[in-house]
Amino acid sequence: MNRIYKHRLFWPVLSLLVLIVVNTIARPQFIEITLQDGRLYGALIDILRNSAPLMLVALGMTIVIATRGIDLSVGAVMAVSGAVALTIIDRSGSPGAVGTVFVAVIVAILVSLVLGAWNGFLVSVLKIQPIIATLVLMLAGRGVALLITGGFITTVNSEPFAFIASGYVLLLPVAFFISIAAIAAVALVERRTALGVLTESVGINPEASRLAGVRSRGIIWGAYMVSGTLAGAAGVIYASNIKAADANAAGLFIELYAILAVVLGGTSLAGGKFSIAGTVIGVFIIQTLESTILFLGVPSAQSPVFFAVVVVVVVVAQSQRMRGAIARVGDAFRKQDAPERDDEKVEVAR
Amino acid sequence: MTADNDVPPIVEMRGITIRFPGVLALDGVDFTLRPGEVHSLMGENGAGKSTLIKALTGVYSIDSGTIVVGGERRAFATAADAQEAGISTVYQEVNLCENLTVGENVMLGHEPRVGGVIDWRATHEAATHHLDSLGLRIDPRSRLSSHSIAIQQLVAISRAMVLESKVLVLDEPTSSLDRGEVERLFDVIRGLRDKGVAILFVSHFLEQVYEISDRITVLRNGALVGEHPIAELPRDALVTKMIGRELDDLATLSSSAHRDIDRTGTPVVKASGLGKRGILEPADLEVYPGEVVGLAGLLGSGRTELVRLLYGADRADEGSMEIHGQHAKVHSPRHAIDHRIAFSSENRREEGLVPDLTVAENIVLGMQARQGWVRRLGKAESDAVVHGWIEALGVRPANPHALVGNLSGGNQQKVLLARWLATAPELLVLDEPTRGIDVGAKADIQRKVSELSADGLAVVFISSELEEVLRLAQRIAVMRDRRKIGELESADVDIDGLIDYIANEGEGSAA
Repeated sequence: MNRIYKHRLFWPVLSLLVLIVVNTIARPQFIEITLQDGRLYGALIDILRNSAPLMLVALGMTIVIATRGIDLSVGAVMAVSGAVALTIIDRSGSPGAVGTVFVAVIVAILVSLVLGAWNGFLVSVLKIQPIIATLVLMLAGRGVALLITGGFITTVNSEPFAFIASGYVLLLPVAFFISIAAIAAVALVERRTALGVLTESVGINPEASRLAGVRSRGIIWGAYMVSGTLAGAAGVIYASNIKAADANAAGLFIELYAILAVVLGGTSLAGGKFSIAGTVIGVFIIQTLESTILFLGVPSAQSPVFFAVVVVVVVVAQSQRMRGAIARVGDAFRKQDAPERDDEKVEVAR
Repeated sequence: MTADNDVPPIVEMRGITIRFPGVLALDGVDFTLRPGEVHSLMGENGAGKSTLIKALTGVYSIDSGTIVVGGERRAFATAADAQEAGISTVYQEVNLCENLTVGENVMLGHEPRVGGVIDWRATHEAATHHLDSLGLRIDPRSRLSSHSIAIQQLVAISRAMVLESKVLVLDEPTSSLDRGEVERLFDVIRGLRDKGVAILFVSHFLEQVYEISDRITVLRNGALVGEHPIAELPRDALVTKMIGRELDDLATLSSSAHRDIDRTGTPVVKASGLGKRGILEPADLEVYPGEVVGLAGLLGSGRTELVRLLYGADRADEGSMEIHGQHAKVHSPRHAIDHRIAFSSENRREEGLVPDLTVAENIVLGMQARQGWVRRLGKAESDAVVHGWIEALGVRPANPHALVGNLSGGNQQKVLLARWLATAPELLVLDEPTRGIDVGAKADIQRKVSELSADGLAVVFISSELEEVLRLAQRIAVMRDRRKIGELESADVDIDGLIDYIANEGEGSAA
């Protein structure tokens, strides 16, 4: 009822809706979706498609942050993954074959899994602070990617590989289905098993969790492996989109956008409680904002400023203090309707 | 009576109401504090004492009511605001920076400065002065974390004095102090009171309340019961007001200590020469089915250290363990849990609770951890376990979806006990399960331990309250200076005998 504004997803959803409304008012064709050759086109469809790499990375980041950690290496892992995939396709005799692309993608993701496991080892076994542990790979990863591609930007012409980022199935972009699959997989594994609540427990109070018998080492290690794997998949999508492995540009600053998406979605950087739905909305907010910048024709030199201003507004609107102030205003209005204090008792009984 | 009603109050709280999700923590409570009085706030756990204090000191914002401090209506947004207005608080759990030095903690934010730069020499001298006035002779340059909880508590009080507060709030300041330290604290409190400082005192020790207070305000279930001058409120009347019923539950428990234990079979747990260098000298301990073994000794005597080795919370570097006669390695809590040992730490906040999770999630955490993450406990099973234990232990509020961080200390302790009992342990290790909780919750917990041990559960029970140990345990292992100095049958000793043993037995007979 009128407590809707206290729901933790209220502000993220409202921010997203406001962004869409503002865009639509500025240029009504923003909301338009057209059907052409069995494919849907439009700004909103572009947002669904283009958000896929950030979505995957942010999902992994959510789990890592829930354990009180952070993974700065995701961008570098994307670069490595792209380099691995492209190099395999490039060197194979048949770059256009589905089998080649399949092998390339699987190997790229496995390599990313190993990189995630390396991060997890540093954090959970050697107990190195996550920001330092993942900084190692963040700095070294792009070098590794360059090493794999021999210092060049490898480009390929492979129909099946390009299909990953640009293809369509059932009217919608393939990349969007990859996003959906990742969201569903993470949500199912975290919430249908006990992994989610154990992860939160480790993030909220590691020592109490250890004494309660929670295998916190495995849980933390696993979180970095999930993050690495998802970053690897994101790297494949990115490389597929540009049909090239660009070790310097792939996933640049994506760790920061991913952290931002997680925070916008209402998950605290202090660890503990996390919200997958929140992260999904956070990613859409960021992607819509990027589209807005393009759509409104903000000059590219000024776009970071525009981006920053909007982010500050959204973050401030979501802050505890601001929520408290707004809630008090709301309460004041309601108390005028019902001046008696008696309803408080009823709430408790509920 | 040093305070009289003519003095204008320094603090006046009227109609204070605070709600947490699922909990009405305070319901229109009035409270008045006058200069130059020691005013005790009494009530069971969950009565709202801590909440009222946190409302006064700006930690919680109030949903309705007024707070007048020094004649001015105030609404403190933060604890710092309250401190600015002359209200200092020393909480039950020490709230200082452990990684700073003692001197830095005492003087934090009030360091003498020369041209904007901290004058460390003067800072440490000032700190030494303030520590001295409490009779605390410790090096202000030593790290706070290198001192015992008791010393840290006194440092916290020194800090409150640096702020020259008009109101000093002491929330369970004595729960970790020994007799001498309490006396020293009380001397300081009386000195401050005579200087006109208003002191709000909260303690579960009735003797201390009667020794130091001028006035008592009683709360029950978040509501005000009444305010009384100490002379007009005899103890039995106070206890009746606090719990709302006559209570002699504790007396009826005495029988459990004298139950006969069959020690001819195999012990549930047998530790031989269990020790860790610098932490605990090798010690033996056997616990038989249905037996409660008490560990007695002063704070820091090695009681906690011994049970942590037993549970694998810390790893022993010598000795061995047998469980049901089988050699077993217990190097981590996981091993202990696999061997059906449960351990409830004395440190509820840091080592027990997961505050942002619900009561239900906290209760099933132990079971779920043992089962692993892949198979989540079914909703029906989990609900049954949670409701069963909330009922059996009388957790209040009886709402499985309340965040455990919002519960009172006694109810949090019950939730932790429920977590461990839900894992169906064969050995239950309880480290200070009743510290800082009220008579009612204490009786509930003691009764449950007594019942479970009668049904065959082996229990190791640590408590600073020797009466409690004598009442529950059939056998008592006595610790001193990180060494086990002997064992007693509790039927053979009374409390004076036990104190004498702790103080004098085994001098010079170290192995």
